[in-house]
Amino acid sequence: MLVIGELINGMFRDVAKAIQNRESDIIQHLAEEQVSAGAKALDINIGPYSKDPKADMKWLVESIQKTTDVSLCLDSPRTDVIEEGLKVAKSKAIINSTSADDEEMDEVFTIAKKYKAQVIGLAMDKSGVPNDQSKRVELAAKIIAKAMDFGIATEDLYLDPILLPINVGQDQEKTIIESIREFRQLCTPAPNTIVGLSNISQGTKTRSIINRTFLTMAMANGLSAAILDPLDRDLMDALITAELILNKNIYCESFLEAYRKK
Amino acid sequence: MELLKEKCASPINELLIGKIGPGAVKVGGQTCMPFLFQEGRMPNVPIVAVEILDCEPADWPEDLVKTLGLSVKDPVAWAKYALAETHAKILCIRLQGAHPDWLNRSSDETVSVLKSIACAVDVPLIVIGCGDDEKDNDLMPKVSQTLKGHNALLGMASQNNYKTIAATCLADGHSLITESPIDVNIAKQLNILVSDMGFDPTRIAMHPTTASLGYGMEYTYSIMERSRLAAFMGDKMLAMPFILFIGQETWRTKESKDGGVAGGVNWEISTAVSMLQAGADIIVMRHPGAAKSMTKFIELLMRRGK
Repeated sequence: MLVIGELINGMFRDVAKAIQNRESDIIQHLAEEQVSAGAKALDINIGPYSKDPKADMKWLVESIQKTTDVSLCLDSPRTDVIEEGLKVAKSKAIINSTSADDEEMDEVFTIAKKYKAQVIGLAMDKSGVPNDQSKRVELAAKIIAKAMDFGIATEDLYLDPILLPINVGQDQEKTIIESIREFRQLCTPAPNTIVGLSNISQGTKTRSIINRTFLTMAMANGLSAAILDPLDRDLMDALITAELILNKNIYCESFLEAYRKK
Repeated sequence: MELLKEKCASPINELLIGKIGPGAVKVGGQTCMPFLFQEGRMPNVPIVAVEILDCEPADWPEDLVKTLGLSVKDPVAWAKYALAETHAKILCIRLQGAHPDWLNRSSDETVSVLKSIACAVDVPLIVIGCGDDEKDNDLMPKVSQTLKGHNALLGMASQNNYKTIAATCLADGHSLITESPIDVNIAKQLNILVSDMGFDPTRIAMHPTTASLGYGMEYTYSIMERSRLAAFMGDKMLAMPFILFIGQETWRTKESKDGGVAGGVNWEISTAVSMLQAGADIIVMRHPGAAKSMTKFIELLMRRGK
């Protein structure tokens, strides 16, 4: 299970401020904390308040790389901003993201190929987020086909069914879990699947329990990556235990500690 | 036909035993299941160690003792004979004389016998306690101090008794054998417990418990296989080389005792061959003939990797 830390995001006020004031120690501390809590990659999003997104993305990547060498998941709606990050990224990066629209996929897969990056593909298109399983699977298949055209290995592809908040799309959650299972069966080797986990609990007062319950259910259905808050210890404990139950790690009494030592 | 190859995310730890120099022995470091040279590397050859006791082997089968001749009367002579006869690169000394049911030697007496053996040989040493926890907790710290500078491999640490030996090995710069009862969960837990004490996991060899041919060997095999595959997937708490006490297990089987010396030797060889295929890095042998055969056999297997 690839854990991608979500906390370096300009949506958070203190992160936005740190980016604006070029306070690299704050960003580096956030990076270190997430990595030591089990994140194997870090999502980086400059947020909506940036005045110079390209410069901010470059600065963020460079600052974080001074303290850790984990993969960076470059998160922006703008391909040119992502490319600024890719230019300076030292380890294999993940592009977050492309929709299933041809134009956007062409653009994103072109730079993915150029910088040998991995790609998150969202099962949505111009008409929005689908509300049924067959449309989600159809869009996922379209993304896989396009990636193949570009010669991008399916191991380098993360398919995202788009998680809807429980208080908005409660009737969709079960379908989303089933879509994850179906995505895995679309090709061999199976593509990775990913969710932005915290989405599911947006606007609720009991976020942690909703996040971790969904996570374990999704993992049992083949979820292979998640963008989440690794500092939520209960969530990480649930993730580690789910991996254990899925026989990904060997049990021992201190299995939680053993996982964290890896 | 395309060959499907397993990928390895993380190699087995390399463990160095003995004083730094040409005589030191390195094991582990592999990135593939045993002898699958097309899938990865085995940078270090599995090693044959020959085992002696620090006293006369009272419960060893007569046929085995006969082969060893008069040398068994004197541990120093036995050590020299065993090494000369087998050209083994490591000597394993089991301090059986200290056991309350054997000679019940004091720790000081035991250490003085050990000292005389250590002075007479120039190969790296594996030293195993008598198997009685209380006695070993007094004995092994003294063994450890006596052998300071030897970079020896000492055992056994078990789930219920690991602190004393781990602490003393840590203080005197030795490596440690962690022993688990054919149980991969306990093996992993024990390695965690020992490393929580500040013990470097790369200085541990695991004894998954040896079972002889005909006495549950397949179970040991499957535990070792599972452990290895997990290690290759990145489980650092199972990434230790394996040590297997082949002679000890085989020579107490009915077949070895009844079958005459050839029967016992063959039993020991068959068990050792299987354990090599399960991933053994150090095989501890008792019969010189079996030890020699295993050295030849390993050479033969390793040739395919060249």
